[in-house]
Amino acid sequence: MSVQVISNTCTGCETCVSACPFGAIEMRDGKAFITESCTLCGACIEACEFKAIERTGEEAAAAAKDLSVFKGVWVYAEQHKGGISSVALELLGEGRKLADKRNAKLSAVFIGHGIKEKAKDLIAYGADVVYLADDPALKDFNDDSYSAVLTTLATLHKPEIILAGATAIGRSFIPKVAAKLYTGLTADCTMLDIDPETGNLHQTRPAFGGNIMATIVSPNHRPQMATVRHKVMKPAPRDDARTGDIIDVKFSQTGDLRTRVIKTVEELTETVNICEANIIVAGGRGMGGVKNLHLLEELAKVLGGAVAATRGAVDEGWIPYSHQVGQTGKTVCPKLYIACGISGAIQHVAGMQSSDVIVAINKDPDAPIFSVATYGIVGDVLEVLPVMIRKFKEARG
Amino acid sequence: MDYLLTEDQIMIRDLARQIAVEKIVPVRAELDEQNKFPTDIMKAMAQADLFGIYIPEEYGGLGKKSLDLYIAIEEISKACVGVSTSYAANALGTYPILLHGSDAQKKKYLPDIASGKNLAAFGLTEANAGSDAGGVQTTAKLEGNEYVLNGTKQWITNGGEAQIYTVIAITDKTKGARGASCFIVERGTPGFTFGKKENKMGIRASSTTELIFNNCRIPKENLIAKEGLGFIVAMKTLDCSRAGVGAQGVGVAQGAIDECIKFAKGRVQFGQPITSFQAIQHMLADMQTQTEAARALVYAVARMMDSGAKDFSRASAMAKLFATDTGMKVTTDAVQIMGGSGYMKEYPVEKMMRDAKILQIYEGTNQIQRNVIALDMIKEATRQK
Amino acid sequence: MNIIVLVKQVPDTSEVKINRETNTLIRDGVPSIINPFDMYALEEALRLREQHGGKVTAVTMGPPQAADALKEAVAMGVDDVVLFSDRAFAGADTWATSYALAQGIKKLGPYDLVIAGKQAIDGDTAQVGPETADMLGIPFIAYIKKIEAIAGGKMTVERMMDDGYDVVESSLPALITVVKEINQPRLPSLKGKMKAKNLKVTTMTAKDINADENMLGLKGSPTKVVRIFPPAPRGQREILSGTIEQQVEQVVKKLKEQSLV
Repeated sequence: MSVQVISNTCTGCETCVSACPFGAIEMRDGKAFITESCTLCGACIEACEFKAIERTGEEAAAAAKDLSVFKGVWVYAEQHKGGISSVALELLGEGRKLADKRNAKLSAVFIGHGIKEKAKDLIAYGADVVYLADDPALKDFNDDSYSAVLTTLATLHKPEIILAGATAIGRSFIPKVAAKLYTGLTADCTMLDIDPETGNLHQTRPAFGGNIMATIVSPNHRPQMATVRHKVMKPAPRDDARTGDIIDVKFSQTGDLRTRVIKTVEELTETVNICEANIIVAGGRGMGGVKNLHLLEELAKVLGGAVAATRGAVDEGWIPYSHQVGQTGKTVCPKLYIACGISGAIQHVAGMQSSDVIVAINKDPDAPIFSVATYGIVGDVLEVLPVMIRKFKEARG
Repeated sequence: MDYLLTEDQIMIRDLARQIAVEKIVPVRAELDEQNKFPTDIMKAMAQADLFGIYIPEEYGGLGKKSLDLYIAIEEISKACVGVSTSYAANALGTYPILLHGSDAQKKKYLPDIASGKNLAAFGLTEANAGSDAGGVQTTAKLEGNEYVLNGTKQWITNGGEAQIYTVIAITDKTKGARGASCFIVERGTPGFTFGKKENKMGIRASSTTELIFNNCRIPKENLIAKEGLGFIVAMKTLDCSRAGVGAQGVGVAQGAIDECIKFAKGRVQFGQPITSFQAIQHMLADMQTQTEAARALVYAVARMMDSGAKDFSRASAMAKLFATDTGMKVTTDAVQIMGGSGYMKEYPVEKMMRDAKILQIYEGTNQIQRNVIALDMIKEATRQK
Repeated sequence: MNIIVLVKQVPDTSEVKINRETNTLIRDGVPSIINPFDMYALEEALRLREQHGGKVTAVTMGPPQAADALKEAVAMGVDDVVLFSDRAFAGADTWATSYALAQGIKKLGPYDLVIAGKQAIDGDTAQVGPETADMLGIPFIAYIKKIEAIAGGKMTVERMMDDGYDVVESSLPALITVVKEINQPRLPSLKGKMKAKNLKVTTMTAKDINADENMLGLKGSPTKVVRIFPPAPRGQREILSGTIEQQVEQVVKKLKEQSLV
């Protein structure tokens, strides 16, 4: 299988050369030529106005595997200290949609100890089946035991799709499950959909630092696995009238655990976890220094919101990493996001672009933040914030 | 301009530049304000192998020569002359050992200097012996297996911070110019203390103190070469390091040009950026041309030295003279171009101007350099007759 | 200690821009760099070597030019480097990449610890670390911000979680991915750069690492990219005008109307 340039149709416009994220296209004798560095991503096919690039050599139907035995959408229902994590509810919401499109059941995999009561809640949130692995040995998250449970269940019951949260726990053990099952995993998906023709799960996620979106499929391997960040999907509605089955899963410890948690240290300095906040006041390098951050705190207090920051502010040491929003920080989607002294680099925007309303304050009228902001104020953030604090106080009465 | 640097020289230049930009520029104003020695930066430079550039490989260095060292000095000077002075003075203090030391002395001291574990300093200047180096009054008396040092050195760079000091002291007052000797003294030797840290106009990141010797006893093995060769060692040492001061001049000049042109492009008056005015353009042109000429002269002298030339006093004096005068002029012009902003500590050029002044003074004032050049010219003219 | 560091050569994505008119990536002049998170991995390996003695080997799977990334690792001070390169590896997703790396590492002899950066800034998946660990059959711990101790065949580390961190003990050998909080990477040294300049990088092919070609490259990848497109621009938004007072008043009014405050 390869990507080829149709020489006769190629006009030599060179659009594909710059479209290739891997620099794999060069011009030879006025025509585009695709080199060995090609990864078959197809960005050039999209970019060519003249349809002069095509995929050739369709794969021999590697459908030696009969994939029809794989059925059902599963959600790894993450629990924290016995309570269902909100990301699990969002996955159930999304999972329900996918299961309905596939005319299949939605199941939750629930691992922990003393969580039997909560299993019923998962049904209320949309699960048709809950695989409950409740055992003292599973009380604390452990890579080896949790991945063993999920892998065994998946091998036995053959789900078509498994969704999990892209959380600290998810990123630890979900890839191991995918490795063991020799199947495809796509992390940090922002969009999931079923292709009506093939029934494949289309998994869309940002790449290249958020500069492009990529849609990925796992055509010949099952289950199709995807992780999704918290607050990207909408949570499932609760319906206590729903019924479903809770299946007890016996857990037996095979072999010694190779890792164990000695202690857990919590470090949330703010009272509001930014991922849960409906209003966020965020500061970037434009705040000028740690001495000005109190303005963010004051505004957040008036509005009842949380304080967040860009990577730049965190790198300067003005605020802990737990407040960082962006590609290498947290993803948030509050109703209101006030960006103060933030330039709007794509890596930051990737973490907050799904906010409902964005207000941006920056003294540079060309700052990229203004192209994602709903309302933009061009001005010195140190002058604007005190006025804003005063006005919001007045508005609140 | 392309100076046809070798691949290794480009590597040295790029690494020194990376250190300058990442480590020095962010803290130079603070070091200047607080008169603070750049300990962390020196550590980073040591880890990058910058201290060993000119030290032979057998002693743990890179075995490179003067031009390679000057390239590093230039890049660091672009960011901060205070830091480059601490760096270059280290070489100054090492040259006596490198050029005239015994194998045992080289083996003992050079490896730790090459790795940056120990810093060095050169102790010649005294209150009564500046340009008149012959006026040195510090004495060293042989008593059994030890020399006893008495006296005070003034304005010694890296004073207090360095571990190794190469010191010029009088061993025989009756012998005049042949009565001085060069010794290695280690910090912590009883009888060796430091005076207060000087409060300077510029190069404030560099530590300048008195060296106070009060019946300081050192092993007689610490004598470099032979008694009576002290001023020869000093002169040869200064010959080697002189053009390096020129490299500092080139660096500070270029740093000032880069800063002020950046500013001038964004500074709008009368509806235009000031770079569109000929007055500014002509100043910039003169600044860069002079800096380039200084650079070309320093590099040519370095190449001459590296090719094994025996007599390069005149050449290195010219390089030092011209490049440091250029440094002073260019930094002053940079402040002028930036106007009121150039005068403010918020911008780096006023510090560069304050830093540049010392380059015309230390390691032989520019007046002494002119003496050296003229006397050499006259000697040559006399010979040719 | 015998430490292996996984390294990747990536385009500098902070320099990549989108041409809004043609909706394509502007890659001109975007340099290839060593993945920034891998620098922290290399630094940690070098610090462990300083503490415990031993050897650090940096490896990467990539095209021939990925040798440049390995040379940067040499300039920082690693003892040895290996490039796994073969046309058969091209187009690999994280599973096929991890398979190739695992096969390659198995050929390198016994090791105590494998360190990788948290994620690569082009793929952004953070999957190769855990998948490789699984294929090597060794424990995996993610997002390490501090290695507290290594003794008696065990390691104690601080693993960053969403709200703080866990202190985790693991048997060795193990694979860890590290975050920026763990250290400050050193600059290369001149001696290192000179060594790197003259170095001929050892290359191993698919055959050298006993890899099953059906599990390599595009062929062996369970996932495939079917589409690449630019993120949807949010469109022209409202830049307010007037004095600061007036602008803030407008914002307050609009937000009140939308019941946001």
